[in-house]
Amino acid sequence: MNAVPEAGAAVARPPPRRPRVRLRLINATVSRGGGLLLGALPFAAVAMAYLFASAHRLAVNPSDKLLPSPAQMWSAFFDLATVPDKRSGDLILWADTFASLIRLFAGVGVATLAALCLGVAIGFIPRVRAFLLPFVTVVCVIPPLALLPILFIALGLGETAKITLIAVGVAPVMVRDIANRVMELPPELIAKAQTLGGDSWTMVLRLVLPQVMPRLITCVRLALGPAWLFLIAAEAIASTEGLGYRIFLVRRYLSMDVILPYVAWITLLAVSTDWLLVRLSHVISPWAHQVQNK
Amino acid sequence: MSRIVVHGLEKSYGDARVLERVNVHAESGEFLSLVGASGCGKSTFLRILLGQEQQSGGLVVVGDRPIVPEPTPQRGIVFQRYSVFPHLTALQNLLLVEDFRSGGPFGRVFGARRKGARQEAETMLERVGLAHARDLYPASLSGGMQQRLAIAQTLLGRPQILLLDEPFGALDPGIRVEMHELLTELWTKHGMTVVMVTHDIGEAFKLGTRVLVFDKVRHDPQFPSAYGATITYDLKLDRKDRTSQRDVAKVAAMVGTTRPDSAIATTAS
Repeated sequence: MNAVPEAGAAVARPPPRRPRVRLRLINATVSRGGGLLLGALPFAAVAMAYLFASAHRLAVNPSDKLLPSPAQMWSAFFDLATVPDKRSGDLILWADTFASLIRLFAGVGVATLAALCLGVAIGFIPRVRAFLLPFVTVVCVIPPLALLPILFIALGLGETAKITLIAVGVAPVMVRDIANRVMELPPELIAKAQTLGGDSWTMVLRLVLPQVMPRLITCVRLALGPAWLFLIAAEAIASTEGLGYRIFLVRRYLSMDVILPYVAWITLLAVSTDWLLVRLSHVISPWAHQVQNK
Repeated sequence: MSRIVVHGLEKSYGDARVLERVNVHAESGEFLSLVGASGCGKSTFLRILLGQEQQSGGLVVVGDRPIVPEPTPQRGIVFQRYSVFPHLTALQNLLLVEDFRSGGPFGRVFGARRKGARQEAETMLERVGLAHARDLYPASLSGGMQQRLAIAQTLLGRPQILLLDEPFGALDPGIRVEMHELLTELWTKHGMTVVMVTHDIGEAFKLGTRVLVFDKVRHDPQFPSAYGATITYDLKLDRKDRTSQRDVAKVAAMVGTTRPDSAIATTAS
């Protein structure tokens, strides 16, 4: 028991600090503000390094083209976005963006449809699996860019070849992924659906499709990376407009003031597509995102 | 109508024999409890009755004809896990039954029939005490609520035979007792034949009208999987005076014979 006179002294003393415990690295979580700050650091570091290097080079040689200043880049980008091209009368940035996005979404759309139809069929129906899985597995390992000349020869230099390249490039992996996801469905659920009177087709509609939908959207998100790669490769080789075409065109004049904003613009487009797909997944399959929603 | 006759059933996976010489004759409306040590093949037996697996030999008759080798609406099932559809809310899970049964190629009923199905589903939710959870997804339901939903869903399918694979194995003891009452009530009302696999011998005696013990009778020390399990004990329980402690102890000892650790646990408790 503590002696009574000491009680007053104890009250006067500031309450004891909670001892700082050194947590293991894997347990030390980051607050929301801290997370934002940490996440912004790499961007800030790259921007600072660029600004510093650019200012340094321009100080030595004001007509340097390799590292243009932000003002130069902005004015070049702004011109492309607002001043009609002298020859065609188009607003080049928007024409390029429109052409590229149509190709990208057409290619990825075809691939998604194929992934859904073939993936579900391969994953759900043993006969189709025996028939198609070996073929899809082999097609998966063909490097799509090696097919590009074949596509250009067979389909001409038009849109078909570019869209086909994107579709052929991303579809096989998506098909395999969806097929795997369908095969991972708990056999208990499939047995239960049959005891409730489901047949093969209604089980696809009511059980398989809703269950693979979140995975399909993740698949599309992952496929968009390679899709951009194939798009820019195809546009670089044979095209008259498009974001990839523009970059490779102005490369001849060392126009870094156009290339860098274009790269940033492509990045922005890719990030917003990804964000939209995440939102879409939340809308279509709220059940798959319960934990994040809470 | 919904009797089960099993004669000379065998099941092997390659060289490993799981079940042999299994004979059961169950009349319509009986409640069979299957007990036995882990891995003795009682769940395999249930999956054969379900049609999820095929027997390697012997005859299985459900109703009047040999069993169809795939799951059908004649036999309902409740598993220990994965028993409800995670992408549907509680109410949608129950509506799915009517959608599958008479929804045609869309797997969905419309109009007046949907209204009727919804009415029936809501009544059923009420009965299993899930009315407040009708719009929740299974992920936000507790284990007991999910199993109640699973039983409700299976019963809406109006099966002649209800198969239960350790349906209450993952539940807390208190909730288990509630579930026992619910199941007994539903079984008394619907009068279907029930086959339940369980690890809990008390539960087997409490619910069943008949307790079947699965065990191996033949052992080959050089090749343990040479012989499978069979039904070693078939105890009909009198409805009036069901729980004879002597029988419980006897069955507990039988189940424990192949697994010394569980035998010790059973005798200790």
